[in-house]
Amino acid sequence: MENNVTSRRNFLATGLAAAAGCANCSCGKSHTHEAQDIQPTGEKVKLLSVDGEVIEVDRAFLKPVPDLPKVSNDIERRGIEGKKFVMVIDLSRCKNVGACKEACNHAHSLHPDHNWIKIDAMQDAEESAPYWQPTTCMHCDNPPCVKVCPVDATFKRQDGIVLIDSDRCIGCRFCMAACPYSTRVFNWGDPQVPEPLASEPYSCETSTPQKIGTVGKCDFCPDMARKGELPHCVSACPNGVFFFGDMNEDSVTNGAETFRFSELVRDKAGYRLMEDLGTKPSVYYLPPVNRNFPFEPKSENKEPTVT
Amino acid sequence: MDDTMSQVSTTSADKIIADLYPRKFGTAGRIWTLVLLVICAIGAYAYYRQLRYGLEVTAMRDYASWGIYISNFVFFVAISLVGSLITAILRLSNARWSTPLTRIAEIIAVSAIVFASIIIIVDMGRPERFMNIFLHLRIQSPIIWDVVVISTYFVISLLLLYLPLLPDLQILTTDPEKNSGFQNKLYRLLGSFWRGTQEQLRICNRSIYILCITIIPVAFTIHTVTSWLFATTFRPGWDSTNFGAYFISGAFLVGGGAVLVAMYLFRRSYHLENYITTDLFDKMGKIVVMLALLYLYFNVNEYLVPAFKMKKPEEIHLHELFAGKYALIFWFAILVGMIFPLIMLLFRKGREPFPAFVAGVMVVVGAWFKRYLIVTPTLLHPFLPITDVPESYRRYFPSWEEWAITMGSLAGALLIITFFARLFPIIPIYETVTERSETHENL
Repeated sequence: MENNVTSRRNFLATGLAAAAGCANCSCGKSHTHEAQDIQPTGEKVKLLSVDGEVIEVDRAFLKPVPDLPKVSNDIERRGIEGKKFVMVIDLSRCKNVGACKEACNHAHSLHPDHNWIKIDAMQDAEESAPYWQPTTCMHCDNPPCVKVCPVDATFKRQDGIVLIDSDRCIGCRFCMAACPYSTRVFNWGDPQVPEPLASEPYSCETSTPQKIGTVGKCDFCPDMARKGELPHCVSACPNGVFFFGDMNEDSVTNGAETFRFSELVRDKAGYRLMEDLGTKPSVYYLPPVNRNFPFEPKSENKEPTVT
Repeated sequence: MDDTMSQVSTTSADKIIADLYPRKFGTAGRIWTLVLLVICAIGAYAYYRQLRYGLEVTAMRDYASWGIYISNFVFFVAISLVGSLITAILRLSNARWSTPLTRIAEIIAVSAIVFASIIIIVDMGRPERFMNIFLHLRIQSPIIWDVVVISTYFVISLLLLYLPLLPDLQILTTDPEKNSGFQNKLYRLLGSFWRGTQEQLRICNRSIYILCITIIPVAFTIHTVTSWLFATTFRPGWDSTNFGAYFISGAFLVGGGAVLVAMYLFRRSYHLENYITTDLFDKMGKIVVMLALLYLYFNVNEYLVPAFKMKKPEEIHLHELFAGKYALIFWFAILVGMIFPLIMLLFRKGREPFPAFVAGVMVVVGAWFKRYLIVTPTLLHPFLPITDVPESYRRYFPSWEEWAITMGSLAGALLIITFFARLFPIIPIYETVTERSETHENL
């Protein structure tokens, strides 16, 4: 997965990572110290400094921040302070490639039957045009699933993300019945997680490893957000359908393009699914106008992608 | 006992005791028990498989995420409401004719509640985490409300079974020769403190009276909350403000039907013609008519009002029920579960023991399928299209394990009733004696 990401995504991710690294540990000294034994490649990348200036740095000086240590269940339940994550899905760009699904399934080591992202073939009225509609968890601000959970196994965090604690879930499946978006899946049998992941402790933020007899669903990849990276579906989509970002910063990006969230949703008439139910989703859709691709019914939804 | 009993001629009291005394199983009783035990054993084996391989052994999948376990749970909770109907509502309204039925109704209630709890644990993906419900309890979840009210209802039902049994236990211990050693031990354990003094009787009657009043709101709550497991969601077919009343009326109907069935079977197998009289079938039959009409009324509201509007999400759901792939079960549940028994019981001839028994069976069987219709079709008609799942996720037909466990739970409930009737008088002896003596006096 990590190897076939495009260079522009690499740029962004590394940039974010470096910025995050600097902001977090104020380790400017060690950077300069290390810089002495690094040979410049001559390839410059533009970065935004902490002072808000655009600076050019040689690629060789960029160092991926090592994986942050695992956070505790308590911190996972609280969420990332000051954030309010939001997703925008541009329906005019989707041609049901399915790369989002594959990346997601792979990243979370899902059971072959499962897809956390589903791409529905939609047609609102008989005379209206069909289109592809990818659905993730809506991370509702008034989440029906969280309301019905008897044991606080599914919970809403301060950054807006709804997660599942598979170490606590009792498998009653009330949340599945409550979710109007049918986003939740259940590990009916052994989730077939490969080793060594299967014996790792469960993390609510990575949602891995999936456990038998518990519920799973799209988690907005908060582990990636902590690293300053985009969710797997966003970076995997070749057509830039998914935009992810922070409502408080009012920006969303698909890796290549970054928009002001409020302007994007305003100018392109963004909407949310089943607004009338009052669930207040965190996922916005841009209507399928001025399509990049025609709707090809022959690419009828395949059977679930086996990763 | 002493005072009241002395007023009755000893002969008639002795006859009542002899008639109603618990009896050993005959051949039929042994076969019946054996069959039930075998069904339970198969169910237990199926559950062992489910524990070992997970809920994968069921036919439930991500869309049909609840199946016959849940419909069976609803069925059990529904049928348990009969305890409150017969014991409490009829007792409080001074319908003394229902006295012979109180214990039958109460043991049906207790065994149904026991198996409702068991079946809900069977449905859990992680039953070993059951304690999480208490450790991490979140009060806003309707499941927690259900746990609270069902356990409350269970305790009250158990007390309403136990307290009227106390004077009977004294009768049963008067002649230890008639009982096996185990029976004597059990009777002494349960009732050795009972002397039958006026003070004890007063406290006992007072407690029964208070419990009878308490159990009515609790009974309404258990089934209303059970209906809220569905009605608190958005799904077509469940998203209804009518659901609580709809469930309660259906519960009383199936409970009434179950009592008709139990009356007939006990009357036949224990030769209780003098106690479970044809008049009793007549009265109970009339009650079932009323309950069937009530349930029919709520069904009209539940289906015809949405059908008049045909909102888009409801449309597929209603079509599939009325004329689609669920039509057969739907019309079976409506006709066999409500309309046919209703018509049968309207006539005096239909309220004679055997036809009333048949009507009762129809009500109970229809009610079981009705619960299936409440749970499954809704789940298979989600708002968004069913996408990106294997073919097996698109439909639901229970696996053999699900059938075995469900049948096992039904057999288990019947087994509790059977063993109870083996150990205790299924018609209250003491109350029958006192009541007959009072009637004598009044004459």
